[in-house]
Amino acid sequence: MSIDLSQFFDVFFEESFEGLDIMEAELLNLQPGHEDSETINTIFRAAHSIKGGSGTFGFTSVANFTHVLETLLDQIRDGRRQLTAEHVNLLLQSVDCLRALLTALQAEEEPDLSNANELKVKFEEILGGKESVSSDTADSIPQGQESQTYQIDFKPLPHLFKTGNEPLYMLSELSELGDLETHAFCDAIPEIDDFNPEDCYLSWRLYLTTSHPESAIKEVFEWVEDDAEISITLCGGLFEDDVSVSTTPEPESEKKETSSNDTQNIDVPKTPSATATKAKPEASKKSAESTSIRVGIDKVDSLINMVGELVITQAMLTQLGEQEPTENTLAAMQEGLAQLAHNTRDLQENVMRIRMLPISFVFSRFPRLVRDTSQKLNKQVELKLLGEQTELDKTVMEKISDPMVHLVRNSLDHGLETPEDRIKAGKDPVGTVTLNAFHQGGNIVIEIMDDGRGLNTEKIKSKAIANGLIQATDELTIEEVNELIFRPGFSTADEVSDISGRGVGMDVVRRNIQALNGSVEVTSAKGVGSTFTIRLPLTLAILDGQLVKVAKHTYIIPLISIVESLQIDIKKVSKVGNGLEVLRLRDEYIPILRLYQLFNHGGAIEELDKTLLVVVESDNHKVGLLVDDLLAQQQVVIKSLEANYQKVNGISGATILGDGRVSLIVDISGLIKLSGLKRPGTQELLVEQELDEVVS
Amino acid sequence: MKKILAVDDSASMRQMVGFTLKKAGFDVTEAKDGSEALSIAKQQGFDAVISDVNMPVMDGITLIKELRSLPNYKFTPLLMLTTESGLDKKTEGKAAGATGWIVKPFNPEQLLAVLKKVIR
Repeated sequence: MSIDLSQFFDVFFEESFEGLDIMEAELLNLQPGHEDSETINTIFRAAHSIKGGSGTFGFTSVANFTHVLETLLDQIRDGRRQLTAEHVNLLLQSVDCLRALLTALQAEEEPDLSNANELKVKFEEILGGKESVSSDTADSIPQGQESQTYQIDFKPLPHLFKTGNEPLYMLSELSELGDLETHAFCDAIPEIDDFNPEDCYLSWRLYLTTSHPESAIKEVFEWVEDDAEISITLCGGLFEDDVSVSTTPEPESEKKETSSNDTQNIDVPKTPSATATKAKPEASKKSAESTSIRVGIDKVDSLINMVGELVITQAMLTQLGEQEPTENTLAAMQEGLAQLAHNTRDLQENVMRIRMLPISFVFSRFPRLVRDTSQKLNKQVELKLLGEQTELDKTVMEKISDPMVHLVRNSLDHGLETPEDRIKAGKDPVGTVTLNAFHQGGNIVIEIMDDGRGLNTEKIKSKAIANGLIQATDELTIEEVNELIFRPGFSTADEVSDISGRGVGMDVVRRNIQALNGSVEVTSAKGVGSTFTIRLPLTLAILDGQLVKVAKHTYIIPLISIVESLQIDIKKVSKVGNGLEVLRLRDEYIPILRLYQLFNHGGAIEELDKTLLVVVESDNHKVGLLVDDLLAQQQVVIKSLEANYQKVNGISGATILGDGRVSLIVDISGLIKLSGLKRPGTQELLVEQELDEVVS
Repeated sequence: MKKILAVDDSASMRQMVGFTLKKAGFDVTEAKDGSEALSIAKQQGFDAVISDVNMPVMDGITLIKELRSLPNYKFTPLLMLTTESGLDKKTEGKAAGATGWIVKPFNPEQLLAVLKKVIR
């Protein structure tokens, strides 16, 4: 029977990656010297399962590597070896290494073994000498030798049956090896009174003529070695020596040595070839990526439940529709429609929930990150995770991970002080970084808090002046100063460190978050700490929109980017170069973009005082969009323009309104580019120079 | 049809063992740890039990010990899946009442060959 093992690969990879996650999380929990045996056990089991599975499914590179890991863990588990911080580090590196190996194997690529071999050497050093990775080659005695006859004496001990073994099957197994002649001895059977039906009283003398080696015969009796008297003798051969089955230690150790030599020979030549395999195309990797999502059965059940409700409501409405229209049926129908609206909203929310995953998926990578980073920085850090069960759309989750990593690194590097500085400041030498997530309205809020030194407003200011972001004479509030760190090209780190402050900084973080229709802001208090607050929509599929009228058309402006909407005071409008109009709004000058001009619509209101201005913000720039009227605010389902038509500048998508018409969703940053206010690749609005002239 | 209880915490191993045995004409029940296996085994009889050793909640050795003490499993073949590094595990398993062992890694053919020692 042949079974295609590859059908189990997906499950194997999935559970192995899960196992690695568990190992990583548990390793981070370990305190050398105070290790909890259950934690060690859990780590051991995870490694053990990966080894067992990879061996079974033919991923020998993984199995060989996991073997040394397992051996070390086994010794720690049995108390034969004391766990040290070095072990933990090495094990964590191995987790990364295994993850890389498995990822390569999953993508059907040749894995890069150089790292694994390096780590393996380190493990072997710890384990004291080369560990033998068992290979059964030592056993393989060449087949096809001449037939020989063995005399086998087999006398089971009375308790044999209670081990679950069955002499009958052993005899028939022997008969499969060759010609078997059996003689049974019944003389040990006692009188009926003394007879215990659960005991074995029979014994046998067997003559087996076979071309199989003696080891094959031994194998038949392998499980009952201690439960029977067995002797195997070669008869009529060249030598009549009794070769009993009883395991003598000598050949055993010999076997070990040869096998360890074998593995060494196998492992060494692999290293140089490793670099060559690196440059494999990325394409194949993608295809292996799973696009499935795990959904809890409760979510599915509640969906089915809701569809049931929907069907009932629909049936009720159909029935009402068939009746004579009277006052009563009309009222009932209105009630039914309200019910339908309710059902639809519930269903919508719950379908969205399918894509929702707890944010712990992102949070879980931070214990490791914080540990590694704080070690590198020689800082003591405690990481607190709050609201891990807060749910978030899978797509949003994937995209928020990198900005969060950046912010956390930033907190560790710039925010937290060294233990010495903290003690001087009268603080606990161990700094705290807290990640907190919670829902607020239709948004998810993620806070990254540290109890470090807080933002250095003086330093930020002088840096901003040096970079020409602000004038030395500018009076800025603390909030405005803090905002500066999100400006492009801003980094206060005196020297570029390994951890953060590579120049690409907060502006990238902000841009990435804004691309998700989110926002990020910072609050900080000197000596007390800083808090970065990320606000994100729960999903990318639905958007809170402000419907606006431009000529005969309805456009949608994302609510999150709207700062305010106002009637224009014509006296405060001035014209600058290029015919651009700006509105002085309190202390700021807001460029006015006439939407009907940008979108080429005729018939719109052109007089500024009869229109409305929607002030929106994007990439730290405020612009005013001139519209005829503000309409309703509502949630709209985003339909991709690229998928249905093609990319249109200044438009991020489309939706279908209640009356069936298509409405376009305005893309603010795209619009700014479209208006020519900003040259591609630059950060400043063209108008800002002109504005300076107006001010002066 | 002979009934086999396959116990392993690793889903892929469980699936592989289960699939192999089903294809060979056995009626297979799967359990993910010793404790689950024990409660299943108490409810229905099996002609053989194949169990991994290292499992959460209840390990394979304990499961074998528990099973062997049940009247219904006095003579039932109880096999453990073990790795080559688990030499002392074999002795420990035998002491707990295991019939024999299958050494990991194994392929489906090896599994069936070994099983023939105790169940036909």
